[in-house]
Amino acid sequence: MTDKKTIKIAVTALNAIDSPGPGVSVIRGLREAESFDVQIIGLSYESLEPGIYMHDIVDKTYQIPYPSSGTSTLFERLMYIHEKEKLDMIIPNFDAELFSFMKLAPKLDKLGIKTFLPTIKQYEEREKFNLPEFGEKYGFNVPESKAIHNIADLYSIGSTFDYPLVVKGKFYDAGIAYNIEQAKSYFNKISAKWGLPIIIQEFVHGTEFNVTGLGDGKGNTISAVPIRKQYITDKGKAWGGISVSDKEMLDLTDQFISSTKWRGGFELELMKNKEGKFFILEINPRIPAWVYLAIGAGQNIPEALVKLAMGMNPKPFSDYAVGKMFIRYSWDMIVDLEEFQQISTYGEL
Amino acid sequence: MKIKKNVAISDSGFIFNPDTGESFSANPIGLEMLEMLRNGREYEEIRKDILDKYKSDKDTVEKDYHDFITMLKQYNLIENDGQKDD
Repeated sequence: MTDKKTIKIAVTALNAIDSPGPGVSVIRGLREAESFDVQIIGLSYESLEPGIYMHDIVDKTYQIPYPSSGTSTLFERLMYIHEKEKLDMIIPNFDAELFSFMKLAPKLDKLGIKTFLPTIKQYEEREKFNLPEFGEKYGFNVPESKAIHNIADLYSIGSTFDYPLVVKGKFYDAGIAYNIEQAKSYFNKISAKWGLPIIIQEFVHGTEFNVTGLGDGKGNTISAVPIRKQYITDKGKAWGGISVSDKEMLDLTDQFISSTKWRGGFELELMKNKEGKFFILEINPRIPAWVYLAIGAGQNIPEALVKLAMGMNPKPFSDYAVGKMFIRYSWDMIVDLEEFQQISTYGEL
Repeated sequence: MKIKKNVAISDSGFIFNPDTGESFSANPIGLEMLEMLRNGREYEEIRKDILDKYKSDKDTVEKDYHDFITMLKQYNLIENDGQKDD
């Protein structure tokens, strides 16, 4: 027993699969928090999300409706969960669900459920199809991008883009197309899964880096850890990475946070070209799945996020270990059918 | 010709560039050359040391030295002219 305060936090994205959601890593950070204890309520969408069955990670899980069901259905479900669990905070971790939670944040706050999310303006400004305007407004190098709604538009973009180009989904997935046939194939594949628009982006040659961090919403950087992914799966996900010490990347992150007054966790996907110039390829408005590396390097971003939400004024991190690596692994759990039946039938486990 | 100050070189020849997260391995002679470069030794001194220590000739050492430097530059391990240390 400790005399630390126990905070009950609901966390989404328990899909620790080959394209993992950040939930399990976020929870590991919360469980290692020094300033409070936690009880974790998992919020899942599907019955086979591994986090549901990791009982040392998640105390209890409730299924919630997909974002396509609308915010009122989600709110009703959250009310049911809140009635039973008395939640202090929710940390949503999926791009696709963030909008619903941002919309519901004031209503949740009235019920005593805290969140610490970007504003809708911040969320929309950095959307992939708004990236060129974002770059111009805040003075960042960004690749040329264009949103298209029709596969026929691929024929007309030839005047703006040279091949190879990147075909991206609204929320997830991307492919590098070297000709129109490949671009059409990616268009069909990605739009079938994630809908429209599809974003066509200029391909920037170089070395990819990523930064995860946390902004306090007033323009201050609470955390920033840059890494280079060392091993990338065929789904484009990091399976290994290392923290690096590039001052230019940290300056760029500070500039991003101070100019947008970013509120909450984020991930910057950056490309450093041959001339050493950084381009922002994407801004993900939430903590990335590899956040446990930042925690291991000395910056517990989930803990600081909770402190911001709960008004506990976290001190900005000033340092992190360079050369810390993460290597992901897969692990087979043995699960009794009763547990699967319980979550599938009752939506709770 | 100087090795970047923040580049870590271990006794085993493992090289880590903290700016990029890249790592490399050097063989024992590569490691000796890296140490000499890090200590600010000029090419003539390095060549003399290598020739005193190993059975080789001037031309071979010169060629190997320049190949090695080209590789270090390619991997961003050498200080650029006028570049400040981080």
